[in-house]
Amino acid sequence: MDARSQSSIATGNVPGGVADAPALDIVAVSKRYGDVHALDGLDLRIECGEYFGLLGPNGAGKSTLINSISGLVRPDSGSIRVLGHDNRSEFRVARRLLGVVPQELVFDPFFKVEDVLRIQAGYYGCGPEAQPWIEELIQRLDLGFKRRASMRTLSGGQKRRVMIAQALVHRPQVVILDEPTAGVDVELRRTLWKFTRELNAAGTTIVLTTHYLDEAQALCHRIAIVDHGKLKLVETTEALLARNPWRFLQLKLAAGTVLPAVLEPLVASRTNGSVELKLHRDEHSIGEVMAALKAADVDILDMHTREPRLEDVFIDLTYGARNG
Amino acid sequence: MAEAYSDVRGFRTLLAKEIRRFVSVIGQTVTAPVVTALLYLVVFAQALRGQPSSYPDVSYTQFLVPGLIMMSVLQNAFANTSSSLTQSKFMGNLVFVLMAPLSTLEIFGAYVLAALLRAALVVVVLIAATWPFVHLVIERPLALIAMFLLAGGTLAALGMIGGIVATKFDHLAAFQNFVVMPLSFLSGVFYSIHSLPPFWEQVSRFNPFFYLIDGFRYGFFGVGDAPILHSLLWGLGCFLLVSTVCITMLKTGYKLRA
Repeated sequence: MDARSQSSIATGNVPGGVADAPALDIVAVSKRYGDVHALDGLDLRIECGEYFGLLGPNGAGKSTLINSISGLVRPDSGSIRVLGHDNRSEFRVARRLLGVVPQELVFDPFFKVEDVLRIQAGYYGCGPEAQPWIEELIQRLDLGFKRRASMRTLSGGQKRRVMIAQALVHRPQVVILDEPTAGVDVELRRTLWKFTRELNAAGTTIVLTTHYLDEAQALCHRIAIVDHGKLKLVETTEALLARNPWRFLQLKLAAGTVLPAVLEPLVASRTNGSVELKLHRDEHSIGEVMAALKAADVDILDMHTREPRLEDVFIDLTYGARNG
Repeated sequence: MAEAYSDVRGFRTLLAKEIRRFVSVIGQTVTAPVVTALLYLVVFAQALRGQPSSYPDVSYTQFLVPGLIMMSVLQNAFANTSSSLTQSKFMGNLVFVLMAPLSTLEIFGAYVLAALLRAALVVVVLIAATWPFVHLVIERPLALIAMFLLAGGTLAALGMIGGIVATKFDHLAAFQNFVVMPLSFLSGVFYSIHSLPPFWEQVSRFNPFFYLIDGFRYGFFGVGDAPILHSLLWGLGCFLLVSTVCITMLKTGYKLRA
């Protein structure tokens, strides 16, 4: 018995995944709205078991791509396969293999939380046998005390939890989370991170879009950056971070201290007596910087280095590219 | 252990959800239309008491009841699908149906069947409420059921089209007030078209709602203003036409899938 079947959150009971097929195989997908190319011949392959980040600025085409996968958008051309099944000609199997948390906060005001989850399970062909899993989702997403509450009485964060439970209720093998933590509190973010990590460890492929780049950096094995409807790159998170040639030296200086003129061109930012120097890996050595500080007799109260964050790389690749 | 996934269960779930939706507001979806129809009955039966019905051995009040029942069927079948789809669309929760592994025909069938059940409930309650005052015998039950299904199905499908096309509630209200309401009022609910001047009688024969109501009335009395075959063919034609348009819209994702 493998790890997946032992786990209480195991997925994979949905029939029909084609052996060795990628979780998502997106080939030359295009979608135009008037003159705007929302998706412009986009190719992307996401392997089974990945925790995959899909990043891009607003209007880059991420949601159009997700909606194309889920069937809410009809692409003008191209094909999308979910675990080997075409999402149009084999829509039944493809959709059962897929769970999507939409970006917008949407809910049915006529029903209670547990009814919503039972109805959602029913849409996907699951009957009473899904009840234990529904119970687990209710507990794991901390909805127990609201299970009999009408959807209209829930807070925004609680509605978001229900939407996440809805996406998981039929135990999909591929889960797409479209900005699931937008506007939610820290507790839910942590709950969601932990839960999706467990799902991923149990074999579920997770695709995450988020504007919180620290979230993507912490969770995702591979990251794709989409801009203007095109794929700019797909790399492992480590490789993506390594692309950035910069590292940062943060110095806390005594009041009134003046930085030597030779270091001024390296200053990236100044905040409350702290200075951050942006150093090129190949051109600036920390030893030389320290020597310059010592020569100028600068009084350093504290210092530490920082590796580039995903945010730095993202800005270089998107906004930097636009401005450059 | 592999779990059992059923293709039929998705359809059944959507149907059950749609039924629960109108049952949860039954005062608005069943009681209100029944009260409205009873008010029409009281007012017109009183005002036109003694008026001949044009049918032998049928009082005006007896003549009136089947027409009012069918008018309620038409309006409620339309209201059920149109309001449900419009609300789901505007609230955004329609995505859960559109992303589910449900076929176009399953979505169409579930919405139309739920509307027919609401209409049937209105019919049963109306017959029960009028029974102590107006004794009616169903002479042709099969024709009655056929006309109910064709008329209810047509208006349910029309309501779906309204729900798909509407981009605000105003559009839906306009469709209901300027199309459904006039066509149902000017279709012989309150009178036999034989009592109209020849020109207006001919005009009435181009109103599909006339055949839906007349055929339903035939089910009660065994006679009608038009031959029952004409009514059945008009009903079937309307149902097929409207359903085809609706199914095509669902299939192509018109105004539902971008």
